[in-house]
Amino acid sequence: KGAVCVNKRKDWRKPLFNTTEDPGMAKASKVKRQRKKKTKENKTRTVHANLLYDNAKGEENPNRHYANNKIKTTKYTVLSFLPKNLFEQFHRFANVYFVFIALLNFVPVVNAFQPELALAPVVFILSVTAIKDLWEDYRRHRSDKEINHMDCLVYSRAERSYVEKYWKEVRVGDFIRLRCNEILPADVLLLSSSDPDRLCHIETATLDGETNLKQRQVVRSFFDLDCDFDPIKYNSIIECEKPNNDLNRFRGYIIHRSGRRDALYKENLLLRGCTIRNTEEAVGIVIYAGHETKAMLNNNGPRYKRSKLERQMNVDVFWCVIILLVMCLFAAVGHGLWMFQYGDKRPVFDVLSPDGTDLSPIMSAIYLFLTMIIVFQVLIPISLFVSIEIVKICQVYFIHQDMELYDEETDSHLQCRALNITEDLGQMQYIFSDKTGTLTENKMVFRRCTVAGVEYSHDANARRLAMYQEMDSEEEECTSHGGTLPRRDSVTSHQSARVVLRSQSTKSHRRTGSRAEAKRASILSKHTAFNITPDPQLLDKVNECSSQMDFMRFHSQPMSQLPSDLADVIDFFIALTICNTVVVSSPNQPRQKVQLTSTKSIQSNHLQVNKGSSSSLITNRSSNKGCSSMLSSPSAESTLTKLDEEQPPRDLEHNFGPVLPCYDGKAWNLEEGELRYEAESPDEAALVYAARAYKCSLVGRLPDQVTMELPHLGKLNFELLHTLGFDSTRKRMSVVVRHPLTDQITVYTKGADSVIMDLIKPPDTGKRQKKIVNRTQNYLNLYAADGLRTLCIAKKIMSKEQYACWLQHHLEAETAIQGREELLFESALRLETNLQLLGATGIEDRLQDGVPETIASLRKAGLQIWVLTGDKQETAVNIAYACKLLDPEEEILTLNADSQAFHSNFTTFEIYPSSSPSSSSSSHTPPFMVHRLGLVIDGRTLAYALDKSLEDKFLAVARSCRSVLCCRSTPLQKSMVVKLVRNKLKVMTLAIGDGANDVSMIQVADVGVGISGQEGMQAVMASDFALPRFRYLQKLLLVHGHWCYSRLANMILYFFYKNAMFVALIFWYQFYCGFSGSAMIDQWYLIFFNLMFSAFPQLITGTLDKDVSAETLQQLPQLYVNGQNSEEYKPYMFWMNMIDAFYQSLVCFFIPYFAYADSDVDLFTWGTPFTTLALFTILVHLGIETKTWTWMNWLSIAFSIALFFTVALCYNASCPTCYSPSNPYWTMQRLLQDPLFYLLCVITPVAALLPRYFYRACQGTLFPSPVQVGRQLDKLPAETCRNILSLSRVKVGSPLSPKPPFLSLAKPSPKGCNIKDQRSFPSSRASEVLYVLIPAETCFSAEMYL
Amino acid sequence: MATSYNAKEEDGHHSGASSHGAAGVVKSKKPDNTAFKQQRLPAWQPILTAGTVLPAFFVIGLIFIPIGIGLYVSSNNIKEFEIDYTGVDISNPCYSCAKNFSWNSTTPCVCSMNFTLEQPFESNVFMYYGLSNFYQNHRRYVKSRDDSQLNGDQSALKNPSKECEPYRTSDGLPIAPCGAIANSLFNDTLELYHIDSNNTRNTIPLVKKGIAWWTDKHVKFRNPGFIKLNKHLCTNKPVNWRKPVYELDPSDPDNNGFINEDFIVWMRTAALPTFRKLYRIIQKKSNTTPTLPSGKYVLEITYNYPVLSFDGRKRMILSTISWMGGKNPFLGIAYITVGSICFFLGVVLLIIHHKYDTRSNSADIPN
Repeated sequence: KGAVCVNKRKDWRKPLFNTTEDPGMAKASKVKRQRKKKTKENKTRTVHANLLYDNAKGEENPNRHYANNKIKTTKYTVLSFLPKNLFEQFHRFANVYFVFIALLNFVPVVNAFQPELALAPVVFILSVTAIKDLWEDYRRHRSDKEINHMDCLVYSRAERSYVEKYWKEVRVGDFIRLRCNEILPADVLLLSSSDPDRLCHIETATLDGETNLKQRQVVRSFFDLDCDFDPIKYNSIIECEKPNNDLNRFRGYIIHRSGRRDALYKENLLLRGCTIRNTEEAVGIVIYAGHETKAMLNNNGPRYKRSKLERQMNVDVFWCVIILLVMCLFAAVGHGLWMFQYGDKRPVFDVLSPDGTDLSPIMSAIYLFLTMIIVFQVLIPISLFVSIEIVKICQVYFIHQDMELYDEETDSHLQCRALNITEDLGQMQYIFSDKTGTLTENKMVFRRCTVAGVEYSHDANARRLAMYQEMDSEEEECTSHGGTLPRRDSVTSHQSARVVLRSQSTKSHRRTGSRAEAKRASILSKHTAFNITPDPQLLDKVNECSSQMDFMRFHSQPMSQLPSDLADVIDFFIALTICNTVVVSSPNQPRQKVQLTSTKSIQSNHLQVNKGSSSSLITNRSSNKGCSSMLSSPSAESTLTKLDEEQPPRDLEHNFGPVLPCYDGKAWNLEEGELRYEAESPDEAALVYAARAYKCSLVGRLPDQVTMELPHLGKLNFELLHTLGFDSTRKRMSVVVRHPLTDQITVYTKGADSVIMDLIKPPDTGKRQKKIVNRTQNYLNLYAADGLRTLCIAKKIMSKEQYACWLQHHLEAETAIQGREELLFESALRLETNLQLLGATGIEDRLQDGVPETIASLRKAGLQIWVLTGDKQETAVNIAYACKLLDPEEEILTLNADSQAFHSNFTTFEIYPSSSPSSSSSSHTPPFMVHRLGLVIDGRTLAYALDKSLEDKFLAVARSCRSVLCCRSTPLQKSMVVKLVRNKLKVMTLAIGDGANDVSMIQVADVGVGISGQEGMQAVMASDFALPRFRYLQKLLLVHGHWCYSRLANMILYFFYKNAMFVALIFWYQFYCGFSGSAMIDQWYLIFFNLMFSAFPQLITGTLDKDVSAETLQQLPQLYVNGQNSEEYKPYMFWMNMIDAFYQSLVCFFIPYFAYADSDVDLFTWGTPFTTLALFTILVHLGIETKTWTWMNWLSIAFSIALFFTVALCYNASCPTCYSPSNPYWTMQRLLQDPLFYLLCVITPVAALLPRYFYRACQGTLFPSPVQVGRQLDKLPAETCRNILSLSRVKVGSPLSPKPPFLSLAKPSPKGCNIKDQRSFPSSRASEVLYVLIPAETCFSAEMYL
Repeated sequence: MATSYNAKEEDGHHSGASSHGAAGVVKSKKPDNTAFKQQRLPAWQPILTAGTVLPAFFVIGLIFIPIGIGLYVSSNNIKEFEIDYTGVDISNPCYSCAKNFSWNSTTPCVCSMNFTLEQPFESNVFMYYGLSNFYQNHRRYVKSRDDSQLNGDQSALKNPSKECEPYRTSDGLPIAPCGAIANSLFNDTLELYHIDSNNTRNTIPLVKKGIAWWTDKHVKFRNPGFIKLNKHLCTNKPVNWRKPVYELDPSDPDNNGFINEDFIVWMRTAALPTFRKLYRIIQKKSNTTPTLPSGKYVLEITYNYPVLSFDGRKRMILSTISWMGGKNPFLGIAYITVGSICFFLGVVLLIIHHKYDTRSNSADIPN
């Protein structure tokens, strides 16, 4: 049965307010509930209900042309496999080339080998690839089948009820019933929902990675229907768009029989792949099915990326072709001359062409040219591509298997989604990182707040968090205390007790090793972040305030008599609670229950729902009210009484909870403990949870009403008049509500401090307000300095007249046809003025584990790290300090431009770094200045900087800075920055991010990395590698990247060498056979030499060789420079290898040549030792290049040699008359009796490899590369090694020079031993902000943080 | 697509999770901690520096030089005599034969050459004929044969392989043996006489058996089974041949047809343009007398084979043989040279090691 109950972990992975890919558009379309213009007739799809046509099979059904819901993602069918696969394989040029050569063999004049034999390697290569493709396709087929056979309920006319059908049987126009936690089989138009508000919640994580619940609405015409939607009665026609891949758009209308038309929006459409949540049951009609669903249309195949190494290799393959052609040309000319010298006297050995005609020297030279191409084809390594693929697959396998890249908490490990760019990981130069969710955990924790100018530091909360962390790490070590509760005595409040309990359960679950349990446990542990210990002072105030209000309400006194500071407090919390888009849900929703019992029948499901919803408000209402009319809004009282009657499971609190800080004896706080909030951004949730800690809890949200509960006052229903959603230009959101107590129309606004502060009512209105603003601003600075994300809360009370006036404008804006968005924007601006500041909050976004260390180490590795974030500048800067991206000792250039005038100033700016020392304080010495700059640039400035005319200047500046921080950047800007750096600087770029806003950046970069632990499916889908945690990047790049790169680079070079060396043997022979294209090596050996005899050792070495151990690579990040500078495979190395290959082949040719000169040896008896010699030489050469010898290396080499002799002996004994023309019968056997053969086998490899061996030895001693030094360190005893490293780290890793001379490793200066503590506290720094204004008339300022 | 996969995957896990009490029911994705998967296989990690490598150089040098000396000495002990009878020079007795001869000549031309052996040849003497500038390794030439036919295959006899073109048929009949190699069979006859002190010519017995590989004679080459090769066979002789294949050796009926040893030897195409082929063996008669005592000899040549058209040379070679084959000092010299170079490089490395290689010692690194 389909994946019904997925206990999905809800993680907050979105940066504040940045919800969808295109937030502006998504919000705007939500705001405008306006009927769209009719789409053109020919561009629409008309959907009728299938029920009407049930009897008329096929022919008359108007839906018959639409794709059904069967999906088929396989590429091939049984019949089409061969032609299609071959066609695809021939897209690779090399394959065409090899087939061409093989076919050339069928031309009698030019053939060099037996045609059938020549086909063998090509066929082999093609079939290996084909089998791989076939297997992949089969896997796709299997999963397709599985998906196609998932069940769903489809209405059947015959049985007058919903029957279970497979997904693949669903057709457009079918009615489907969906139950909670079911996955949608197709794109469905929502016609009915069991939800009293005719809503349906869906989780779209699989589509866009957003884990918050989204609301979908029943089509308006079916809104008023009574409880049961009867498909039989449905007789409307739907017209909508043709299938498209825009997830955020759906337009159409429904035509009822009466002729009435109702518009359809994306809010009515449930997309395939989403999961129904919080809604017991929904019915809809299928609009798009199968491959026409938006999810499927969005599903693009994997991208093909070509790694840098591969690009470099292709250049050299091209050179090989040139060499090949030159050699062929040389041979052809030689042959022509050879022929020419005989003139008309035809020697007996110059055989006429088959038809007996005489060939002119020129013609034979031309034929020979083609023959030589065949003979020398081995020079272009046919097996290279296959070998590289095999090696990469093995590398991917090992990366997958690395325990250190495995995250136990989420039970996930690194995924390589792109199989062919592993070696790029070793060559990165620039890293572009997202901040939220990538560097930070994206678990927002409410830390402090200031209300009405008074700061509440929440010390207890901070202590609790610290303790929690400590405990977490402690228990990591000793996981054996299953049932005991450590540290209970130090617990200060009941929430803390729960924390302990939960973290305990986390651990015990973890120990069982069950993935699901661990996952659930991690949800619990995450929730501890939402259990906030209230500040006692503030809590008192809240209580005092609400009790006063209760009193006033009771005595019907006007609320305005409340002391203003208390009123501010209560308003502050009201704003926190309602000024958001948080959806309330309950963890005891059916999904968990269903999961446990996993019964299929609907009845039992119902049962579970009823049981499970006992403590859930929403479901409760729905199950109780059942069929009652929707429009009469439920009275809060009745719900409240119901709630009071219910007895939640209280065991936990009874057992462990200290005295509950209850004020009225009600158990409501326990009740709410079970409510869960689903927010678009984690900040919102953090604030709502914070408010709940002060007993101001959000209990329900409907489109037109928000219910919150206050101490003493009980439940209050706020009539929700408007919600002005967040957008990135306004940077704030507002709600307009009618206050139930005062009956005033109140606007609550929440937003970035920079914008809110400007909108505060001019301070002349009151001294108190002015004081509040000043104080709040101070605290805000303080929060920002602490790295907290700050938000300002403000409110505004509108008079009825004001509101009416605004409303009129707003309605006009809403109904406007043209420029509606601008008008709405202006309308929002009109509303959000003259605000009264209530307070501000500081939310902490904790850094992930090991981020500063990882950044430091990556930077030591010579990587430039840029952080591109959508966050605001202050927060970003502080996080940057916290994660050591910016160093307190370096100067920060801040670019904040207001206009394009910025342009003119870049020039000034360029001079700035060099002239700055005078303006900076003291401690720095000029030479270091260039490297000690950090650049902070905001989104608007970035937009100017990315302008064509300025990009070069911008890059020049950015390059001179050690780190770059771009704040407030849009997804597009992120990708533009990456693209700019990548294209202009010609560097290898890596982009890492977790959210949908990083997708474009991830796609643009050479290597895209997605953080998977936080559920950012979309980033992961776009990425090449998915990591559970940022810190794994260190090992991935420094160790695996290094290894993959050096392994592959060495293997490719070796391949070129090997083939050149082998082919050159035949080339030298041409001088002794009249350039006739003759080969002394048997054609079988010639063809299978690469494919079989010499294939395995290089694969083993290419897969397993480790030049430096993982530990040393991580301790000495400097070794990464090796890959960045492509040290292993530089262009000259190709030529050096070629020269070496030619030398070795000369030796290998002429030693046997002279040894057998003027003897009675025959062609193939003489040729067989060549194969043997070449094999030995090639293997020993590999041995010299191999750095680690495991038993697999030995085995593979032994296997290679054994294989060759076995094959040769069998082949030479198998058939006395076959294998024309060599006919090597008994050749090997005779050779093995010949002492000369053994003598040759000893001397030739030695003589051939002497220079290389000698060179390697000298190089290892005289000028060792850093990697070699690293290897030497590996060999040292662990302790000595550690000592050396600790010495060298100071010197080499000094941030002063990003790429220090490596030799300093060998001679670290003693003075480098005293490590300076570079940690400096941001708070102390913030007070020393210096503003240095460069030319006063310009519009940009450069700030310098010291 | 991924959407659905995902859901499915999770479903799988959760169905397992329902029995969460039992540990390890659901397989964790945690990788195994094995040496192989974690890439921690025990390994030998040689580091190539002067210090580590120099013993290898000395060892190679010390092994190679004695081997080289041994090879050189044993090669020098081999006695070899060579005489060119092509007849390029006017002084050469075969000059006239060479001048007037072509493939089409019908009458054999006989010439004889005198030579003197300075030293006696002790053991078995191998008599070779040598050709120079004869490209038996030419690609098209090498292919131009039909092994099935030579193996006595009836159908191949009647219908030779296409590879034999243009020497496949003549006058409508298949050629046996077909192909260019067979067609160009070396057909000089060499006879050797010793002139003793009395000036009498003593024929030196030349053994023509055992000059081909055993496997060739007995496995690869076979006459067509049931019929003795004879006239009744509807085949033609190769165009350059004087006599058909079944009359190659008039003296020994068992040495005729495809299994004629001279023919077999010829069919084993030489590797290089200058080559020799075993022609006869002069067997040692007794332990007391040398096989070929020093003195005067006459080589009588029935000059049939034209080589001048392609600047070829013909030689007759007499050679004894050692365990390592014929006389060839090269390998000995090569071993000595390589050994010496290794030794020299070893010394160079030793110097380098002493001067620079301080880093191999761990204590030195921090300095």
